[in-house]
Amino acid sequence: MSSATTPPDSDPSQRRRVHSMLKHYYGLNEEGKVTEQAESLDPCDINGPHFDPEVYLNKLRMECSLGELMDHESCMVKQIRSLDSDMQTLVYENYNKFISATDTIRKMKNDFKKMEDEMDCLSANMAAITEFSAHISGTLQDQHAQITKLSGVHTLLRKLQFLFELPARLNKCLELQAYAQAVSAHRRARCVLQQYSHMPSFRGIQDDCHVIMEQLAQQLRQKFRDGGSSAKDLSECVELLLQLDEPAEELCDKFLSHAQSRFEADLQGLEAELKDSPVTDTGGGLVQKTNPGSNPVSPSSSSTTNPFLSPTAGTDILEFIDRGCNEFVSSLCLVIASYQELFINRPQEGELASKNIPEMANGKLHVFVDTLAARYFSLVERRIQEEKGVSDNSLLVRALDRFHRRLQAISKLLPGSAVPSQGTEIVVRAARERIKQYLSALQTFYHDSLTDVRQALAAPRQSAGGASVSGGGATSKDATPSLPELLTSLSNFILNQLKSVLASVHLFTAKDITFSNKPYFKGEFCSQGVREGLVVSFIKFICQSSRQYCESAGDRGGSTPPALLLLLSRLCLDYETSTISYILTLTDEQFLVQHHTPVTPVTALCAEAREAAQKLLNHYVKVQGLIISQMLRKSVETRDWVNTIEPRNVRAVMKRVVEDTTSIDVQVGLLYEEGVRKAHSSDSSKRTFSVYSSSRQQIRYAPSYTPSAPMDTNLLSNIHKLFSERIDIFSPVEFNKVSVLTGIIKISLKTFLECVRLRTFGRYGLQQIQVDCHYLQMYLWRFVSDENLVHFLLDEIVGSAAHRCLDPSPMEQSVIEVICERG
Amino acid sequence: NVNKKNNIDLKKKARALTAQTAETDAIRFLVGTQSLKFDNQIHIIDFDDENNMINKSVLLHDAGEIWHISGSPADKAVLTTCYSKTSESRVLTCAAVWRMPPEWESGNHESPDDSSNNPQTLELLCHLDNTAHGSVACVLWEPMGDGKRLISLAENHVLLWDLQESSTKAKISSTATLEGKGQLKFTTGKWSPHHNSTQLATANDTAIRGWDLRSMSQIYCIENAHGQLVRDLDFNPNKQYYLASCGDDCKVKFWDVRHINEPVKCLEEHSHWVWSVRYNHSHDQLLLTGSSDSRVILSNMVSISSEPFGHLVDDDDLSDNEESQQEDKGKEPLQDSIIATYEEHEDSVYAVEWSVADPWLFASLSYDGRLVINRVPRALKYRILL
Repeated sequence: MSSATTPPDSDPSQRRRVHSMLKHYYGLNEEGKVTEQAESLDPCDINGPHFDPEVYLNKLRMECSLGELMDHESCMVKQIRSLDSDMQTLVYENYNKFISATDTIRKMKNDFKKMEDEMDCLSANMAAITEFSAHISGTLQDQHAQITKLSGVHTLLRKLQFLFELPARLNKCLELQAYAQAVSAHRRARCVLQQYSHMPSFRGIQDDCHVIMEQLAQQLRQKFRDGGSSAKDLSECVELLLQLDEPAEELCDKFLSHAQSRFEADLQGLEAELKDSPVTDTGGGLVQKTNPGSNPVSPSSSSTTNPFLSPTAGTDILEFIDRGCNEFVSSLCLVIASYQELFINRPQEGELASKNIPEMANGKLHVFVDTLAARYFSLVERRIQEEKGVSDNSLLVRALDRFHRRLQAISKLLPGSAVPSQGTEIVVRAARERIKQYLSALQTFYHDSLTDVRQALAAPRQSAGGASVSGGGATSKDATPSLPELLTSLSNFILNQLKSVLASVHLFTAKDITFSNKPYFKGEFCSQGVREGLVVSFIKFICQSSRQYCESAGDRGGSTPPALLLLLSRLCLDYETSTISYILTLTDEQFLVQHHTPVTPVTALCAEAREAAQKLLNHYVKVQGLIISQMLRKSVETRDWVNTIEPRNVRAVMKRVVEDTTSIDVQVGLLYEEGVRKAHSSDSSKRTFSVYSSSRQQIRYAPSYTPSAPMDTNLLSNIHKLFSERIDIFSPVEFNKVSVLTGIIKISLKTFLECVRLRTFGRYGLQQIQVDCHYLQMYLWRFVSDENLVHFLLDEIVGSAAHRCLDPSPMEQSVIEVICERG
Repeated sequence: NVNKKNNIDLKKKARALTAQTAETDAIRFLVGTQSLKFDNQIHIIDFDDENNMINKSVLLHDAGEIWHISGSPADKAVLTTCYSKTSESRVLTCAAVWRMPPEWESGNHESPDDSSNNPQTLELLCHLDNTAHGSVACVLWEPMGDGKRLISLAENHVLLWDLQESSTKAKISSTATLEGKGQLKFTTGKWSPHHNSTQLATANDTAIRGWDLRSMSQIYCIENAHGQLVRDLDFNPNKQYYLASCGDDCKVKFWDVRHINEPVKCLEEHSHWVWSVRYNHSHDQLLLTGSSDSRVILSNMVSISSEPFGHLVDDDDLSDNEESQQEDKGKEPLQDSIIATYEEHEDSVYAVEWSVADPWLFASLSYDGRLVINRVPRALKYRILL
């Protein structure tokens, strides 16, 4: 349709379109356009194959106006005309072509005739050739068969020759030690020989080979056994032997036993170091033992003595472990590696695969490694046990670390092995042991420090024995390091030592130490080991040993100097108030203790320390009270009170009592606070004394010694007792100076009272007691918390003396005062 | 003279107390007074258990102040005293055997104004003459004997006396002397009721010594038995090797004389010197101690008694409401414990004694002359008995 509408005079394209339309018309549709075919179903498509002129016309008539129909018609006519002319042109063109084609065909006909002749000639020639060749092959047939046979014989002979030469070749290989070649040669020949072994000659060869191979195997084994060769050689050896059908089990055993001998040497080397070290160790121990006796002058010197002195053993533990690691562990690793290379990780081939060698070999290896490791471990443990001195923990930790680290290699090589965990066990045990050692070292240190303190306390007393009698506490105090100094130095020494021990122990948990991330070192070591086993135990030890001072010294005359008791009591009290919580906080911080298991609470420890402090202070009071009591008791018991002279002086023993009390007061004041005392005026000695002497005494004495009124004494003293509280003589004291002094004075005066009651006095005896009591009254009130206590007890003493007096005529108060003023 | 109380004030200083050893019917104690200026007396204290009453009779002891008193085991009228006598400015403690006048019981239930009523005087049987040996510390009767043998401890001598002619004559049968450095002086002693009454224990200073009376030689010595002076001793009545001691170190110690290095047990309950220790005569777990802290402590030492396993009885059906001031602490039958602490005294208690007639009764005497009689708590008594 489009073509119909386009004008016909557009040259090449126009023509081609026409071509195509013609083609189309004649069904020469090379392109096969489906769309066109679909279009062409339309009966109105003038170019389509289903064109129905009737329908088309009807359609046109119905759709178009007349004008349009006219136009359409003229257009149609124009198109038909152009189509006709096109057709004419085409016909002309094709005619010419057809003519020339006819000419060409004719020419070809002539050429083919000539060619046919030549072909006939050729086929005749070929037939002649075929015939000729058949003839030749017929003649050559025989010879070919012969040659084939000959070449077969040749190869067989070559094989036979190989077989016959085999023994010699093997021998030569043997000579040249080309074992691999020999084995491969033999392997090639083996099955043949096996197959033809019924023939005598082959039999001979086989036997020969056998002998030679036997020899070879022997040599290989020898080589294997000698060992000196490198691992590569060895593995070659094993490979060859395996190929020679040597039983793998035996080989494993041999390999291992061979390795064993080398380890044996290593282990013996290690053991030798062990064996001689005890000798030097005891030597060192002896030296150390003599040390503290010879120069334990000050606490500082003791810190360098016994437990913290480095051991003088031959090799230190690091060297030992190093040696163990480098020699034993590394060669063990090598052996494991090469063994695995040889027996376990080998590519399996042929019949070897069926024997399940790896499993068997692996089992053997495990047993082997386990036994060796066990021996190694026992040596290491023995060595660790020798590590008694606690001087340098870092050495031990480094040694253990190295030990542990090197064992990790084994765990990598031998995944299922128990060896590394056993190694960890050893480390754990060593750590535990270490803690114990540190504890005992701390304890020894504590004891040594106390001995030093004791000596420091005792020293001036020996040098200035006479001076201290006259000068009291003051002079002796000047000559010695004072109690507070001793206390602070002792407490600092202990604390520093504890800190250094903690620092040493802390090395076990350092980040760069391989075993520090083991569960034991993260949990139990910190809480149960360091906190409980070391710190808490040590604090408990201090309390306990302090308590022992109270018990052991109590009966047998007080071997512990009272000053030491006082010092220890203050130490325990300091521990209670601050040191314990400080130490424990420090420990918890350093070790990040996670308390999985219940641990001793700080309060319990503090309570224990307080109890110890209390006990020590009570004991101190008791001991000091006893010392003064003994003086008073002796003075009362040894004197003949009936026949004594009129008193002119205060007895020396009373002065001594006051002096001693004063020096005790000074001593206690150095360590303990003043304490509370009941209020009294500054000149209370005068005032209360006057009350005591004038009013009360006169009331008491005047009537009581007239026979008519014996009741009054009882009544008065009973009334007095009614209002005064019961006095517990040996009662616990408070942690202050006044309470301590009160306790001591109570004990002394009560003793005085009881002794007086056992004696009988003459007139002057009573008066002497009066003088003495007044003197005590003058001086003792200032020390006690409640001066009424002193008054009461002294009243009782004088009253009892009066009651025990044959001729009770008391001295004038003014005279007593004069005597006492005179001193 | 009738007190509806368990205590009586004798109104005299006193240290010496004993139960009347031969009297097994009446609960009776003897107290000797101490006075340098007045006539001294023996107070006979009778306790009426049913009416809870204390009756007192007085006998005159004009020889001197009494330091120690002890009743004859055979004749309840006979007793010994150690008394101090001052002559020419010299004080000497002597010992004598006395007889109570037979009429004391009839005419004597003295009226309150005892000064007007002239008390009767003790009849002197004989002196235990000690002029050669020095002051006597105590006199001991042979336990369970016939009242004819006595021991007196004078300074450092042990004197064994035989009483002859109805106790009117005393003769030294044998002596032993303690030798050693310094001035040794016996403080107290006890005649052991075991071993056929052939053993004696003495105390001097801090040591306890055992003596064999047949050979008059020392058989054991516990040096430093106490830290300070040993004040009293008593033998366990049922266990022959057991001995209790007390002293100035405030402790009461129990000894097995076969193993003298360490005490079997040690109590430290008093807060001052312990002056007296007494085993109950029949139930040796009951122990009485008196101290100069004015307290008397009754302890139950079951674990080292002759009945260490006791009698197991439910406590529930027992009531001890009547014993008002006694707290019963001994609930577990096998636990050593303090049964009660008696704080009725106001002065030092120098003597405690169990009654002979009633084993559940005891008396304690303080220096101010107050005598207190107490009972073992009923609950404990039933627990021991049942």
